[in-house]
Amino acid sequence: MQEAFTYFTIAWFDPSLVLLIAVGTFAGIYIGAIPGLSVTMAVSILISFTFAWDVNDALCLMVGIFMGGVYGGSRSAILLNIPGAPSAIATALDGYPLAQRGEAGQAIGISTVMSVIGGFVGIFVLAVAAPVVSDLALSFQPRDYMLLGVLGILLVGSLSGESLAKGVIAGAFGMLIGTIGLDPLTLEQRFTFGIVELWNGISFVAVMIGLFGVSEALSQLHHVNKKAVKQAVSKIIPSWSSVRKYLPLSLQTSSIGFIIGALPGTGGDIAALLAYDHAKRVTKNPEVPFGQGAKEGLVGPETANNAAVGGAFIPMLTLGVPGDAVTAIIIGALFIHGLNPGPMLMIDRPEMFWFMVGNLTLANIFLLIFGLTGIRLSTKIVECPRGILIPLMLVLSVVGAYAVNNSLTDVYWMLGFGLLGYFMKMYGYQVGPVVLGVILSRLIDQNWRRAIISEQESLLAFFVNMVSSPLSLLLFVAVVLVVLSQTPLWAMMHRRLGRRSRSSST
Amino acid sequence: MQEPRYKRPGEDAFGILVLLISLVLAWQSYEISGFAALSSPGAFPMAVSAAMVLGSLIVVIGNIRRNRATPKPAGEKARANPAGVAPSVIVVFAAFVAGYAALLDTLGFLPASFLFLFAAIQFLHRRSVAFSVGVALLSLALIYALFRLVFTVVLPEGIVPEREILAWIERLLASAGP
Repeated sequence: MQEAFTYFTIAWFDPSLVLLIAVGTFAGIYIGAIPGLSVTMAVSILISFTFAWDVNDALCLMVGIFMGGVYGGSRSAILLNIPGAPSAIATALDGYPLAQRGEAGQAIGISTVMSVIGGFVGIFVLAVAAPVVSDLALSFQPRDYMLLGVLGILLVGSLSGESLAKGVIAGAFGMLIGTIGLDPLTLEQRFTFGIVELWNGISFVAVMIGLFGVSEALSQLHHVNKKAVKQAVSKIIPSWSSVRKYLPLSLQTSSIGFIIGALPGTGGDIAALLAYDHAKRVTKNPEVPFGQGAKEGLVGPETANNAAVGGAFIPMLTLGVPGDAVTAIIIGALFIHGLNPGPMLMIDRPEMFWFMVGNLTLANIFLLIFGLTGIRLSTKIVECPRGILIPLMLVLSVVGAYAVNNSLTDVYWMLGFGLLGYFMKMYGYQVGPVVLGVILSRLIDQNWRRAIISEQESLLAFFVNMVSSPLSLLLFVAVVLVVLSQTPLWAMMHRRLGRRSRSSST
Repeated sequence: MQEPRYKRPGEDAFGILVLLISLVLAWQSYEISGFAALSSPGAFPMAVSAAMVLGSLIVVIGNIRRNRATPKPAGEKARANPAGVAPSVIVVFAAFVAGYAALLDTLGFLPASFLFLFAAIQFLHRRSVAFSVGVALLSLALIYALFRLVFTVVLPEGIVPEREILAWIERLLASAGP
């Protein structure tokens, strides 16, 4: 215990390490907030120039950027309706309506405090439960991962769109985009149409920037002459009573975020969506309806995605499996620096584990400081006339799409998806499920095949084993319920049940 | 959830287009490996594209039902957004973007972005030419400094000999120093 505490505070008493974490968190917030600039990209570029650094220095900077970036995505989600990262998709659903009413300051204030609460919950549970959770994650079967992915897409499809049918179309389209290229297991071509350039698939970043950045820029042209909403930024720090009001919800959604973050392959994006859904279900009488600026709609995703950061470190440090794209890059960095993330890391190098926990804590404190200041700067982005902002968003999107592979083809893909996304939005199809589909495509595809191969291609055996495992059954029931709840059948059952209970009570 | 909105022009056609695309995708998924095995590379695309076909069928049927429920197209049109789906401002802007994409390859990032920013800001914001030039130059300088210099992101070079200029400045700074 004494030892752990000493390791925990390594960075706290080293001014240069504290400075690196502070710089990282600050940069992360603004990188996350700038549309088209992803944390994944920033961290991967960081690796190239922290290669020669001391491992502690490099880790401090990266942890800061990670923590700040996950939060920073919410800024552009609130101010521009462009999630800076997939984990902020759910934040935009209620954050942007708040900004449209001129309450961006309050929205950012509440999401900052909630992010910090979520972050602390995540770090605390990481420190306490790392061994336990890794045991649980070890018992996950491929079919559980598959079901989890399907659940994620169905949730985002039913949450944000006009109808589940349109959500399913969008999600399925995204998953098909994700399968383009050579199949990673058999190297067979899928949807390549004989074009060699398509063998590696379409860059995910190009799809994401196109659908979120360019299509948003095009849609905003409809209101180009509308005066920008003057944002009230005087009341940023939320009152103690409102924090206390949302505290029970924030603790629940933090736990969801942590658990989802701890599952390998699922990160802050699914965590935030599940938490949004949870918040929507448990909030009986929101002051403002969800989707039109409910504060509970900010509390859920913002606590969950920051709690998921702590969660994502669990599979990374205990199993050597990345929790999401950013932890995948951090694993690469650990290898470069001669560390071996995996079950032996906790035994061989306990100081590294506690050092990371300490860094995360410090980054979270800086998050509170930088999150509640500098909001005026961020809101200036919104008060900027649209006639200037829209062309700038487009140039930034081009830079972001080009930077990943230095390829103009990616820029053309990005613009093409931007145009497609514009028409999808016009006709009531949400673009969020497409992007989630692209991310989860490989996870669902490969785990389905692993699962069915291990059952000797027998669909019957697959189902029997699925319903006999409590975890799989739980996930399966959740998937079925999400689909049912969106069909007329559900409403019919609801009415009938309501009638029966009324008649039985009289 | 969004509020129910009025039907937009072209919505029926878009629904049918999506249905056709999903049918093509389903056929393409079948072409990958047919019904060879449940674990074949084509199994997942087939399942997913089947879901897409089903979803688009539901949308098309829903559109038909809605058309039957509101049989008077004249009333519908009066309520619909008069600017439609593609007002001229979007068509012109999209043309600028297409020109920008074409120029990126030949002129490179700096000149193409400057031309695009200037033209788009002038068109959308409608202030003096000097204002548009100033804003375009200033924002381009900021973007260039942040991405090219701080993040060392490579940008399409084109006709401006960027690397030579940067190397020349570096030499200048090095010789000016001690």
